[in-house]
This record gives sequence, C-alpha cells and structure tokens, in this order.
Amino acid sequence: MLKIKNLHAGVENKKILKGINLEVNPGEVHAIMGPNGSGKSTLASVIAGREDFEVTRGKILFEGEDLEDLAPEERAHNGIFLSFQYPVEIPGVTVTNFIKTAINETRKARGEEDMPANQMLKLIREKAELLEIDRKFFSRSLNEGFSGGEKKRNEIFQMAMLQPKLAILDETDSGLDIDALRIVANGVNKLRSRDNAVVVITHYQRLLEYIIPDFVHVMHDGKIVKSGTKELALELEEKGYDWVKQEAVL
Amino acid sequence: MAYTEEELKKELESKEYEYGFYTDIESDTLPKGISEDVVIAISRKKEEPAWMTEWRLESFRIWKEMTEPEWANIKYNKPDFQDISYYSAPNKKPKYDSLDEVDPELLETFKKLGIPLEEQKKLAGVAVDIVMDSVSVATTFKKTLAEKGIIFCSISEAIKEHPELVQKYLGSVVPRKDNFYAALNSAVFSDGSFCYIPKGVRCPMELSTYFRINQAGTGQFERTLVVADEGSYVSYLEGCTAPSRDENQLHAAVVELIALDDAEIKYSTVQNWFPGDKEGHGGVYNFVTKRGLCERNAKISWTQVETGSAITWKYPSCILKGDNSIGEFYSIAVTNNHQQADTGTKMIHLGKNTRSTIISKGISAGKSQNSYRGLVQVNSRATNARNFSQCDSLLMGNECGAHTFPYIEVKNQTAQIEHEATTSKIGEDQIFYCNQRGIDTEKAIALIVNGFSKEVLNKLPMEFAVEAQKLLEISLEGSVG
Repeated sequence: MLKIKNLHAGVENKKILKGINLEVNPGEVHAIMGPNGSGKSTLASVIAGREDFEVTRGKILFEGEDLEDLAPEERAHNGIFLSFQYPVEIPGVTVTNFIKTAINETRKARGEEDMPANQMLKLIREKAELLEIDRKFFSRSLNEGFSGGEKKRNEIFQMAMLQPKLAILDETDSGLDIDALRIVANGVNKLRSRDNAVVVITHYQRLLEYIIPDFVHVMHDGKIVKSGTKELALELEEKGYDWVKQEAVL
Repeated sequence: MAYTEEELKKELESKEYEYGFYTDIESDTLPKGISEDVVIAISRKKEEPAWMTEWRLESFRIWKEMTEPEWANIKYNKPDFQDISYYSAPNKKPKYDSLDEVDPELLETFKKLGIPLEEQKKLAGVAVDIVMDSVSVATTFKKTLAEKGIIFCSISEAIKEHPELVQKYLGSVVPRKDNFYAALNSAVFSDGSFCYIPKGVRCPMELSTYFRINQAGTGQFERTLVVADEGSYVSYLEGCTAPSRDENQLHAAVVELIALDDAEIKYSTVQNWFPGDKEGHGGVYNFVTKRGLCERNAKISWTQVETGSAITWKYPSCILKGDNSIGEFYSIAVTNNHQQADTGTKMIHLGKNTRSTIISKGISAGKSQNSYRGLVQVNSRATNARNFSQCDSLLMGNECGAHTFPYIEVKNQTAQIEHEATTSKIGEDQIFYCNQRGIDTEKAIALIVNGFSKEVLNKLPMEFAVEAQKLLEISLEGSVG
C-alpha cells in the first residue's frame, strides 16, 4: 500500500529525513518511535504532502502511484489520513459542518454525489457512540477551546467518518489521560480491517499497549535505525533512546 | 415688501432658469457640471413642487461652501465635480440583444450566485422578451402592502404623492449640512425609495424582492427614506449580490431611517459594486451617509455585507434619542486586490437606558486596506447607556492591511462600554489541515471566512444570507495562491 524508498526531505538548508525506507501493507499496524527531533512528524507531514518540506531524493508510492505531484487534498481523496499532533482551530466552523464539507469534497473528487443528510446523520451518531462523544460537541467550533483530549478524539472521529485506507496518527497519545487514551485506542482498533493500515507515531510505548503494532521502527536523525516487532517497543522503553542512539553511532 | 439684496439676487437668478435654461435640455442627459441651473433643471425634469426645488437649491448652496473631507484612511483621486453629469433619464433601451453578447466573466459569476436566467438578463442589461414574472410579482406585492396602508414607492413619487411625509422627514436625520457628500446628494439626488409603515403595522414581507427588481438603473445619487410609525416593524433589504457594473464612478447615497416610539427597522445591505480590476483601475467610489433615529423604545439594526466598490466610505449610524432605544450594527467588509474600505458606525446615546451593539468583521486580501472606524458617544443625559463593540479582522496574505479606529466619548458615569478587537490571519496551518481532510484551498478559505463571518451572516434574512455567503466566496477567489 505505502512504499517509501530512500526518502530525503527537509526545509531550506536543513536536511531532516535522510533516507527513509518503509513498506506498509494492508491490514498492518506500524509504530514509528524515536526521540524528539528524529524526524517522525516530518515524515508524517511529507507523506500528507505538506509544502513546507521539500523532497530532495527518493519516492513515496501509495498504491503504486507516485505521490510527488499530488496536492495534499488529492492524497486525502486517495485515502491518506493524518491525525494531527496539534489540530488547528477554525472559529465559527462547527465540527459537523467541517466533517460534512470534508466528506462531500472527497466524494465530489471521486465523482460521487453529496452524502444524503440522513445518511450523514446516521454515520455521525454511530461514530460518536463508538468514540463516546457527547452530542453537544458537534455544534462547537472546530477545536476552539477544546481540551487536548477533545482535540485528539475529534481527530479520530474524523478518521472514523472518512474511513481512510492509510491512517497516520501523529502523537495522538500526547495530551491524553488514561481514559481518553483507552477510548481513542479502542476507536482505532474497531476501525482496523484487512484493507486498511495504520501508522502510529509515538514517543512512548504507552499507546502501543492498546494499539498493538505488527512492526515497530525506531527513528534517529532522519533514518530508521532499527525495525522489529512489538517487543522492540518494550526493549526501547526499558533501555531508553540512548541505546538506539549509541547503536546508530556504532 | 422690502427685499434684502440677497433675496433679490436669488429671485433674479431663479427667474433666468424659468425662461432660459429648461427648454434647452430636452435630451435625456444633462450636460456635465454642477450649478444652480443644473439643480433646478433636475428638479424640473422630475416635475417636483417648488418646495423641493428650493430644498435642493439650499443644499447646493451649503455644498458650495464645504470642502471635501480628508480624514478617512483611504487614498484616491478626488472626483472632478464639474466633470460629472448629474442627471440621466433611466435608460430603457437594452444594452444587448441577447446574453451571448454579455461579458462571459459576468455570466459566470451570475451562474455561481444562482441567479435565475431572466434576472441575469435584467441585471446585465439584456432585452427581456416576455413580460417578466417579477412584474406581476411586484404588482401583487404592491396590493398586499397597500391593504396594510404601507407606502412603498420611489422617492420622486413620494415627493408628489405624499409631500407632507417627505417634507416632515427628509433631511431630519441627515441634515443637508451634515457632510460634503450628504449636501451634494441633497442637491442632486436622482431617485431612490420611500417607505412608510403606519402605526402598529407589521410589514408582512421583507421589502426586498420588490426592491431588488427595481434596483437596476438607479442613479448614482440615491436617496432613501424609511419611516416606521409608532409600534410598527419593517425589514428592508437593499442592494443585490449580483455584481453591478456601473460607469458612474462616484456614488453618494443618503439613507435616513426614522423609527418612532416602539417601532423597529431592520435594514440589510449587500453591496457588490464594481471594485476595479486586479491592478486597481476603475471601480466605484461609494461615499454613503446612512443614519437612523430611534425614538422611545425603538430599535434600528443595520446589517451590511460589503464586497464591492474600489473605495467604500460609510458609517451606518444610530441616534438613540428616545429612552430604552436600541441600536445595532453588524458588518462584514471584504476588500481584495486594491480595494479600500473605511467603514464602521456611530452610536449616539442620548436617551436613558439606551443600548447598542457593534459587531464588525473585516476581511482583507490582496493589497487592500480595510479600516473599521466607530464612534460610541454617551451624552450626559443618557443614564445607564450600554455599548458592546467587537471588531475582528481577518488578514489573507502579507500585503493587505486592517486598521481599527474606535472612538469612545462618554459624558455620563453610569455608562458601560465594552470594546473587543482581534486580528487574525488565515494560517497555512489551517489551510493544510483542511487540505488534509480533502478540502481544496479555495473551499478551505470559503469555509474559514464563513466561519469568521457567521455572527453577522446569521443576522441577515435567510435567503439573503445564502447569497451573501456565496458572494464572500466569490470575492475572495484566487486571493491565496
């Protein structure tokens, strides 16, 4: 589904990603871990098509298609979803209006009609229940005055509504208390299927107790320096990131 | 009877016109320039009674003594007042024979706004082959209104048919000497609307559709007078979301609202005059004076969505004369490319327990400048006056400007005044966030702008709000690359 080959990217005069290789297949959950500044979030942004970053070498293929010339919204239409580490506020635009626009714009891009209102309502109710979201939440302005937990829950709600093929969760666990973490993880698990894939970016092992990864990758200085199964996350937790840093140097 | 020299002179001057000038101007357009002759000629053309002619002449004399104001935060080449033709008979002749001849860009905009085909023709100046639906609609409206005793007609008609009302109220809220452009308008206004709602009558419809149909072809110096008698209510819509291409560069309208005891007037404007091209050439100068007077327990609400004109200079205001009266101002002003807007309101609290609310939303894009200028004045007699003002500015890009000039004058210690102001920028973060959810940049901007403007859009009558929302989207198209 996702193939990243020798990806180099950065901002002006600063290299951040220095040769990433990663392959994600349908049905898989990958965790990407690593210390702050190792390039995890940059990787997520580059996959989503953020223009602040320039890809200098390498390729990202999504379902065989090179993403290079696709605008961020086109990547979204193709089924790539990014749960933001810092979701932005849009005053005056309600959660409902936003998701409605997102769904219908995506359908339009795929040559489909707008989703009928009653179908949309049904879907919203269903996903709200799954993520234990209160009805009042939907009339609030997007992310405005939301607590950290509400913001992240809203991200996962949008993911549930949009049903992407590939979901990248960028530090979704940060700012969540244990209950919220459980709800969010539970939501993600219920949405998993043989056809979609999840990439979980996290600093801590904590989230991986709830979303069990098939593969764990450790990033350091713009590269994946270690890959393994879920046991790697535990080992990392125990030994700390200095361990990988040292290994990387050796 | 002893004439003073001044009076003698006046009479001598006016006699000249009677014999000399009038017969010369059978043509539909007056020659360029302004003089007492021209003012009289306009009045004659419109077959006005003598008191009206005199009223105009006095306005002209006042205007001659005034100088053009320069305090607004705008830059423009001052109009040459001798290079303007002040009267042009409504041109009944269609400009085009079919829609195919009309500028495709204009048609595209009509399509986006969802304007019916027949109406498109009318707005673009295309000959309409069959009797438009709207004509019969208008007749039905008139009948309904007449049954309630509501007078709704052109100001010219009102001058002839209801002189007592016009004489009583015209210039009572915006005096002729009020300002340079109000004086000019008073001297040469070509036409406009008059509306009177009798005591205790609630106007059963928005005075909109009718007005909109009659909108095409109104002159550059419009005059509107709305009188809501005691305990009455009216909602009045002015303007049109369709872009108006007008050769007249200077528009100086005057709108006067009078809300007598317990009356309420809701006045909504959507203005989309030609803003000039992307380089800032051409475009309409919109210098308007709008003011309402509230008697006891009365309420006036101004709601405006301004997206057009090269220069907008207007401050719909409320004089809260009566005790317990309420003034409201809700505004969205959008400027793009080289547009300049200096707009806001004045809330003059004279009566006790008077309240006012100001919500102003400025959206600037391109190289435009958008200023809010507002005055809240509480006079010594106005015990327990309250005001809440909120001015929000939204910037798009790095070359535009937003400015806020709030003036607060309080002469009564019991007053409560609140002022809030924010400035924000449409961030790349916001755009990217929307993009990531499958929403392209144009649509993202529309979404963000509509969210920003929501408080004001909600004040517009439903049907108008939908159009205004689309208009905002269109006005900002292509403003973020």
